[in-house]
Amino acid sequence: MDRWRPDADLDALRQRAAVLAGIRSFFAARGVLEVETPLLCTSGITDPSIEPLLVERGNSLAAPRYLQTSPEYAMKRLLAAGSGPIFQIARAFRDDESGRRHNPEFTLLEWYRPGLDHHALMDELEQLVGGLLDRQGSKKFSYRDVFREFAGVDPFLATAAQLEAAAREVTDPGSAHGPREFWLDMLLTHVIEPALAGLGLVFVYDYPAAQAALARIAEVDGVAVGQRFELYVDGVELANGYNELTDAVEQRQRFERDNRLRRETGRPERPLDENLLAALASGLPDCSGVALGIDRLVMLATGSEDIRQVQAFSWDRS
Amino acid sequence: MANYSTNEFRSGLKVMLDGEPCSILDNEFVKPGKGQAFNRVRMRNLKTGRVWDRTFKSGESLEGADVLDQTMEYLYTDGEFWYFMEPDTFEQHQADAKAVGDTHRWLKEQDRCEVTLYNGSPLSVEAANFVELEITETDPGLKGDTAQGGSKPATLSTGAVVKVPLFLSQGEIIRVDTRSGEYVGRAGKS
Repeated sequence: MDRWRPDADLDALRQRAAVLAGIRSFFAARGVLEVETPLLCTSGITDPSIEPLLVERGNSLAAPRYLQTSPEYAMKRLLAAGSGPIFQIARAFRDDESGRRHNPEFTLLEWYRPGLDHHALMDELEQLVGGLLDRQGSKKFSYRDVFREFAGVDPFLATAAQLEAAAREVTDPGSAHGPREFWLDMLLTHVIEPALAGLGLVFVYDYPAAQAALARIAEVDGVAVGQRFELYVDGVELANGYNELTDAVEQRQRFERDNRLRRETGRPERPLDENLLAALASGLPDCSGVALGIDRLVMLATGSEDIRQVQAFSWDRS
Repeated sequence: MANYSTNEFRSGLKVMLDGEPCSILDNEFVKPGKGQAFNRVRMRNLKTGRVWDRTFKSGESLEGADVLDQTMEYLYTDGEFWYFMEPDTFEQHQADAKAVGDTHRWLKEQDRCEVTLYNGSPLSVEAANFVELEITETDPGLKGDTAQGGSKPATLSTGAVVKVPLFLSQGEIIRVDTRSGEYVGRAGKS
């Protein structure tokens, strides 16, 4: 093989350019401002299941800097400074994520809408993605309903043992053990995602509070839910959004809980982004935000089975 | 042996799982939007032949298995064991019935085959994709009937029974696809 050659064929790259142009005109028409924020950040992400890459050497570096895993924190600082609605198309990096739908370096579209809740943002996301992929309509399931419908378990009430039993019906996890969230994640990737494959655009919303990440927590039908959503298209996880947490105190507690989890599982703790916390303390407007994987969007637009088919040069050829 | 992390699992890699040598057939990285990443790995247990889907937490690792595929020459059987020889070193290996399995039906002396060694001993034996064997027993051939369909069983020198066209007779050498057990054609005259 000629290793200098692109992974994607040139037609796919033309379609990629058309998708990017479509995104920019969508937001231009809606008065959403395009912004750019730094790729190299002084603090990383605490999320226990996301590992950043670190840049360690250089005369400009007083300390190692993290390649961003998403532009979320910097964009929230802009929102707190009064930017109004903003979007960004940015490279993001996640260590150890490699597969048919993952490349350690990938492109994210992220946008924020002050004054909109997560349901209103889902509507806008549907217009954007539906328009770009020429698809009509969508289905919406709460996290609870999608599990009840496709995995036959109630993700809020089932015990860890019941969730494990359901997972062991579809795969062999060996002697793996884990808390409820571990088995929920396995059921999501092994049962729910494949079940959504034939359903076009599907929103899943209101996640268990433990999976709220940076979303607000509210009580719905007697259970605490994170006001978070995911968009699946033909079973491909395409976008993740939040009704954003704006409380600086609670945000700090969640970061600290993440680091506690990291400590307990023998992974490095991450410094908290004090700039983000200070921005929240000064006042982040009520807003919703969403991050969408552009590579996967182009995969869907081109009918590609592998992310490398839509990247000029994937990890192994970069 | 070296350890291999889930992101190094490639088709063909041989690893130890629960004390058994296994071969990786396929490896898919899956991750929910947020949360635990997994590798769904299609594996074959090299001792039992069982193929199944195993899920690992991404980042888990397995020890490599001391498994080696080697082309060898089949020598003979004494009824209990089958004997193979490495063509370069002339080193001989004996394989038991479990390792040889159904492959014995295609083993002709001096033919090359693939022997999988585990810790230096034969774990499994695979015949070449195509072998040429003599028909030792079949109903008499129907002369002239070379075009039309219809077949009959023929016993080969190794004991294998395959379906052959009606025109073939005892003593002829035929070519067989060992993966399907099907007759492919007459071998060149030898």
